[in-house]
Amino acid sequence: MSKVFIAFQLNEDTRPIIEAVMADNPHAVANESPAMVKIDAEGSLVIKRATIEELIGRDFDLQELQVNLITISGHLDEDDDEFTLSWPN
Amino acid sequence: MEIDLRTVAIKPIRHTFDHIARRFGDKPASRYQEGTYDIQQTDIFHYRPMWEPELQLFDKRRTKVEMKDWYALKDPRQFYYGAWTIARARQQDAAESCFDMIEDRDLAELIPAEVKQTALDILVPMRHVEWGGNMGNSYIAAYGYGTAITQPCLYHGMDHLAVAQYLTRIGLVLEGPEALDVAKDAWMNAPLWQPLRQHVENVLVVQDWFEIFVAQNLVLEGFSYPLIYDYLDGEFSANGGTAISMMTRFMAEWSAETAKWVDAQIKVAAAESAENKTLISDWVKQYRAPIFNALQPIAQRAFGDKAESVLAEVTDQFNARCTKLGLTV
Amino acid sequence: MDMKVKKKKLGIKEKYAHMTRGLDWETTYQPKEKVFPQATFEGIKIHDWDKWEDPFRLTMDSYWKYQAEKERKLYAVLDAFAQNNGHLGITDARYLNAIKLFLTGISPLEYVAHRGFAAAGRNFPGVGPRVACLMQSVDEMRHAQTQIHALSNYNKHYDGFHDFKHMLERVWYLSVPKSFFDDAFSAGPFEWMIAIGFSFEYVLTNLLFVPFMSGAAYNGDMATVTFGFSAQSDEARHMTLGLECIKFMLEQDPDNLPIVQKWIDKWAWRGIRVLSLVGMMMDYMLPKRVMSWKEAWEIYFEQNGGALFADLARYGIKVPDCLTQCSEDKEHISHQTWATFYQYGGAAAFHTWMPNDEEMDWLSAKYPNTFDKYYRARFTHWRDEAEKGNRFYTNTLPMLCQVCQIPMIFTEPGDPTKTCYRESEYEGEKYHTCSDGCQHIFDDEPEKYSQAWLPVHQIYQGNCFPEGTDPTAEGFDPLAAVLDWYHFENGKDNLDFEGSRDQANFAAWRGMATKNT
Repeated sequence: MSKVFIAFQLNEDTRPIIEAVMADNPHAVANESPAMVKIDAEGSLVIKRATIEELIGRDFDLQELQVNLITISGHLDEDDDEFTLSWPN
Repeated sequence: MEIDLRTVAIKPIRHTFDHIARRFGDKPASRYQEGTYDIQQTDIFHYRPMWEPELQLFDKRRTKVEMKDWYALKDPRQFYYGAWTIARARQQDAAESCFDMIEDRDLAELIPAEVKQTALDILVPMRHVEWGGNMGNSYIAAYGYGTAITQPCLYHGMDHLAVAQYLTRIGLVLEGPEALDVAKDAWMNAPLWQPLRQHVENVLVVQDWFEIFVAQNLVLEGFSYPLIYDYLDGEFSANGGTAISMMTRFMAEWSAETAKWVDAQIKVAAAESAENKTLISDWVKQYRAPIFNALQPIAQRAFGDKAESVLAEVTDQFNARCTKLGLTV
Repeated sequence: MDMKVKKKKLGIKEKYAHMTRGLDWETTYQPKEKVFPQATFEGIKIHDWDKWEDPFRLTMDSYWKYQAEKERKLYAVLDAFAQNNGHLGITDARYLNAIKLFLTGISPLEYVAHRGFAAAGRNFPGVGPRVACLMQSVDEMRHAQTQIHALSNYNKHYDGFHDFKHMLERVWYLSVPKSFFDDAFSAGPFEWMIAIGFSFEYVLTNLLFVPFMSGAAYNGDMATVTFGFSAQSDEARHMTLGLECIKFMLEQDPDNLPIVQKWIDKWAWRGIRVLSLVGMMMDYMLPKRVMSWKEAWEIYFEQNGGALFADLARYGIKVPDCLTQCSEDKEHISHQTWATFYQYGGAAAFHTWMPNDEEMDWLSAKYPNTFDKYYRARFTHWRDEAEKGNRFYTNTLPMLCQVCQIPMIFTEPGDPTKTCYRESEYEGEKYHTCSDGCQHIFDDEPEKYSQAWLPVHQIYQGNCFPEGTDPTAEGFDPLAAVLDWYHFENGKDNLDFEGSRDQANFAAWRGMATKNT
């Protein structure tokens, strides 16, 4: 199975996002470097708006991820509630 | 008490890039200048375009207008990407507030039925006209000459997309997705819209990019924006349709701002030579007639028996504007 | 009492469709072929544009909102950087030469990308791809300008940055990236998307971006690293567009497969050749190195690219044949390229130097199969000569590859002691290429590649001297005349780092900022 990944800038805004992603994807592995976090996962990775909102205490639009996103690998599917990366094979 | 913050003073060996210094002297340059002047390649190209092998990748001959220096077409707003985006973000924030308030409090329900219907009949199909504006300005951004003019045309094209999206949202707020289908059907089939649709499609096949600039940014916008976002907007406000004004606020402000930019380009291009002046004036005359004719039935629907006088005023203002720009129309 | 029915909230996909697809219509007063004149000439068949899946469904209001936030943050950092002499925070002044290469070789091409995506944004009949391409077009303008703005402060203090567009058009090594983008922009919209949207922005982007941006981070260049991070989320959108484009083309008609495969083969190879400059930058120009080119290739191409091609295999796409030699090339390219720039340091608008012992040991460790065997002795010899006052500069011009325009410096697969030459004939003339990959590209479209403006040929034809030059005059110095035509400040922009104005100024200024006398 191929790995997908997502990388974010590491700053105060992304801390709860990363926490949410790790909570929702137990199979994911996070690699931190001074300014960046890269999260790898076998097969697929899902980011859930509801989980983030619970952690930050305000409404969150998944499109806000744009501001701190660095790069992704995999096919992207997005709707109002979830942002999913996957390789179908 | 004075606070005097000191930093280590290092003397720079130059103040800006050579190509900027050649134009303005070796002094600190603005972000607009450094991001705009002489960025487009001009001199050496490796391959002729497969889609137009008689010309080069960037080629002055894609328009009949001639300029000694294409960078004379400076944008008075000095929009580089950051300045444009930040300005528009502020405007969209204000627009968002308006839409939120109207949607949250169901203010659309308070609009008198007749006024709401006029808005639906006129504004929603206009989103297709806006889409034509996006396509024309994208063409200029691709095939125009010199960053000074191609840059703002891309921003203008994206602005048209935004306006189209605001108009779409207005349809959704006033009625719902069905309103969009009705408007599309009118755009395609109703006699009211055919002259305008025909005009828009005719501009989609024009090849001279400056001609598109004149036809779209000067003439079509010079007529339709005052007609709809000034005169018609006045009617809405006077008749219980303030909510509609709120939702079109962006367009009203935007058209005033962009008209200044359009004027500056036309004025400089026309002043460059008698040939340019004639060319641009002729284009204005060529496009003014079909646009006027296309807007007549729309004005009729919008203003009833006031239509003729409204259109006459808009035309007078347009003609005066062109004369001020040095054109003979 | 009226029952008000709360309007059902539209989902993101539906709303986005209304906001984009719904705007377009089938023209009737003008034929479709006239409105979209470039839609079919490349042979790609599209039957249903509605099958296009919009990645990242951004409406303009959201675009402005999030991009403005990024712009505010970025320019705040650039202002602080300038106010605080941030340039003195770099590891050492040799680092600057990596970003000179960036400003002259990459930034002007972001601008070309902006124009190319505007063209694609007008020429595709489908609204979905048009809107995505137009957003990429504004993004690329953003990149061009934020790079120029970020590096502007360096230009004020150091050499080599000062006339980037003029140099990009003329200078011999800059024709490598320039011809890459000229090639893509001269093609039709579908090839443009495979060349740039897919091959460059998806397959190869990490091999350009990560080295430069990580290099900036490791070497204290806050301006560039901030630009890099700020641009990255734009790049994520670009990647998804590129991937969607190729999927869409392959799903629309099986006849598209051989055309797309041919383009992937061509553009992967052209891209990899351009990336030789990046390999050299990573291994030789960063005082604090991030990783070796070999390592970057293994992670970003062999692993990540592997996953991608595994996914595309279901359409019948194969990994380009020419890439098999890359697993051997990855251990040689950077050394061969740096050796060339070292020798031609008199004609480069950035400084060059030989690595010190610690750096050579790093190279030995990272390249256990090749560095000591093929390169170390030569580099040590050059370094020794330089220390004796005999710094070596080549005074003749190299033969260039007709396609990638890099000098013919690469070696035969299987034999690193033999230069790789290929030869083709077209209309009675001989053309030379550096590899099987470039030869295939030439042979497939000789009428195109024979047009190239090869810098070395042009110099020898006398087309690269300032106007009014008399090459027959007594004591005429052709190299000096060419450098003049390039707008090089001879003795400032070029030659060895040792003894350069950059080196002297950086040391003096660093001293000012840290000492009291």
